[in-house]
Amino acid sequence: MTELTSLTIAAALKGLEKGDFTAVELTQAHLDKMDKYRALNAFIVETPDLAKKQAQESDKRRASGTVGALEGIPLGIKDLFCTKGVQTTAASHILEGFIPQYESTVTSKLFEDGAIMLGKMNLDEFAMGSSNTTSYFGNVISPWKNKNKPDAQLVPGGSSGGSAAAVSAGMVMGATGTDTGGSIRQPAAFCGISGIKPTYGRCSRWGIVAFASSLDQAGTFARTVEDNAIMLRSMSGHDPKDSTSAKIAVPDFTKALTGDIRGKTVGIPKEYRVDGMPAEIEKLWQQGIDWIHASGAKTVEVSLPHTKYALATYYVIAPAEASSNLARYDGVRYGLRIPSENLRETYEKTRAEGFGDEVKRRIMIGTYVLSAGYYDAYYIKAQKVRRLIVNDFMNAFEKCDVLLTPTAPSGPFAIGENDDDPIKMYLNDVFTVPASLAGLPGMSVPAGLDADSLPLGLQIIGRPWDEETVFKVAGVIESLAQFTHRPA
Amino acid sequence: MSLDKATVKKVAGLARLAMNDEQLDRMAPQVSGIINWIEQLAEVNTDNVEPLSSVVDITLPLRKDEVNDGGYVEKVLANAPEATQGYFVVPKIVE
Repeated sequence: MTELTSLTIAAALKGLEKGDFTAVELTQAHLDKMDKYRALNAFIVETPDLAKKQAQESDKRRASGTVGALEGIPLGIKDLFCTKGVQTTAASHILEGFIPQYESTVTSKLFEDGAIMLGKMNLDEFAMGSSNTTSYFGNVISPWKNKNKPDAQLVPGGSSGGSAAAVSAGMVMGATGTDTGGSIRQPAAFCGISGIKPTYGRCSRWGIVAFASSLDQAGTFARTVEDNAIMLRSMSGHDPKDSTSAKIAVPDFTKALTGDIRGKTVGIPKEYRVDGMPAEIEKLWQQGIDWIHASGAKTVEVSLPHTKYALATYYVIAPAEASSNLARYDGVRYGLRIPSENLRETYEKTRAEGFGDEVKRRIMIGTYVLSAGYYDAYYIKAQKVRRLIVNDFMNAFEKCDVLLTPTAPSGPFAIGENDDDPIKMYLNDVFTVPASLAGLPGMSVPAGLDADSLPLGLQIIGRPWDEETVFKVAGVIESLAQFTHRPA
Repeated sequence: MSLDKATVKKVAGLARLAMNDEQLDRMAPQVSGIINWIEQLAEVNTDNVEPLSSVVDITLPLRKDEVNDGGYVEKVLANAPEATQGYFVVPKIVE
C-alpha cells in the first residue's frame, strides 16, 4: 500500500470509504511525519491530542453513516485563523498566548465537513512577508534543497510558508492559507504544490486576523489541483458575519476538472515579460503556452498596461489598511501588555515590543500615507490606479477566458538572501499582486524545476467568480507537466 | 520626497510605536526609501478616475436593528491582560 502520507485527499477519502484504513491511522501517520520534520518549524502550535480526538469522532461518524466532504482528512490551519481554544498568534509576539473564544467561519466549515486539525501553521508576522522570515516564532525552512548548494536552508515562500512546507513534506494532506498579495500562490510555487486564492468574497473573512481587509482572502494548499477543489468548496460560501462575502452559489469545483479546454482562449499578458526575468522562468512560461496549444486551446497576447504600477499601488493600500487594522493591538483587550505609567506609554511600549520590524515598517508607511496632507497624494491616488488595474483585467477578459503567467519572478532563494532591502523582497509578488488588487481568483500549479532542481510554478488568473475555469486550465497544466518531484 | 527624522518621529507617535533615537535613525531611511519608490504613482494619469475602495460590487447588507449576539462578558474578557469585575483595566487616565 502507498504510504498514507503520500496519498492525495481524493485517494484518502476513497481509502477511508473502502475501510482500507481509519481516520485514526491516517492521522497518526501524519503526526509521525510531523515528528520527523519538526526542524522545518512549519507549526507554531501542534495539536496532536485534538487531532486524535477529532479522528476518533470522524471514524464514529463514518461508522454511523455520516460522512462529510473532508471526513477524516488531516489538515494544517494557518495561524491567522481563529481556532476556539487553540492559541492563535498571527506569528506575532503581540498575540502570544491569545486563545480565541470562537471559531473562524472557514475553520468551522472545514470541521463541519469532518476535517481534522493537526495544528496551527507558521507564517510571516501578520502575513506580511514573502519568505516566512518575519515570524516571531522563527523561520520556516523549506523541505526542498538546492542541489548546487545542498547546505543552504531555503525559504518556503510567504506569508503562508508553514502551510506550504507542511503540505509539501507530507505532514498534512492540505492546509488553509490566506492571500493578500500572493501569500498562497508564491509559497505554493516555491514548495512545488498547488494553491488557490479564490475570488475576493468567496470565503468569509470572519475570524481571520485582519491584515488588509480589501485584499485578504482565504484559500487552500494541496498536492493536487483536485484536492484544492475539494477543500475550497468546503470553505466557501456566504456568511452574514462578513458583509463582503458574496451571496453566490458555490459549485462543485471538482466537476470542472474535465481535462477539456478545447475552445478556451488563454491570455498571455505582455507586460509580465519583465526586464531581467530569468531565462528558465521564460522557458517555463513558453512551455505552459505550448501545453495550452497541445490541449486544443488558443493563446492570445493581451495587454495589462498598468502592471508596472501594481506593486507601488499595493504598498500604499495594504499598509494603509494594515495600519488601521493593527490599531486594535493596544495591550488592553488581548495579547501582550507592557505596563507603564500612563495609557499612551502603555500603548507605545506594548506595540514597540509586540510588533516586529516588517510590521512596524508597514504600520509607519500606512500611517504616513493616511496622514493629513498626504492622504490625497498617496492613498486616493493609489485607489485610482487600483481602478485602472481592475479595468486592465476586465478589458483583457473580453479577449480571453483566463490568463497564464509565471507565479513568481524567481525560484526559491536561501534564507536571508533578500533581507537587505525591503523593496527587493516586495518584488517577489510582482506577478501575484495585480490579481489581488483586482480581487481575481488565481492559482499556482507546479510546472517544472529550475537549474538548482527547485520547483517553479505557473499562475492561472480567472474572471471574478470563475474559479471553475481556473481549476479546469490548472488541471490540464498539472496533467501535462507531470510534476511528480517531491522534496527529499 | 525624503522623510527626515522629525517626520518619522511624528509618524511613529501617530502610530503609537515607541522608538528611541537609534531606532528612528534605522527606520527613517527605510520608510523614506519606500515612500520614494511609491511616488512613481504620480506618473499615472488618473484624471477623471474614481478611487476604488472595494472590488466587490455589493451594496452593504442591512438587517433588523436588534440584539443578535453578545451576553458573554467572561468570553470577551478571557484574554485581557488585566480585568476586574467585568471590565478591562487600564492605567489611570483622569487625575
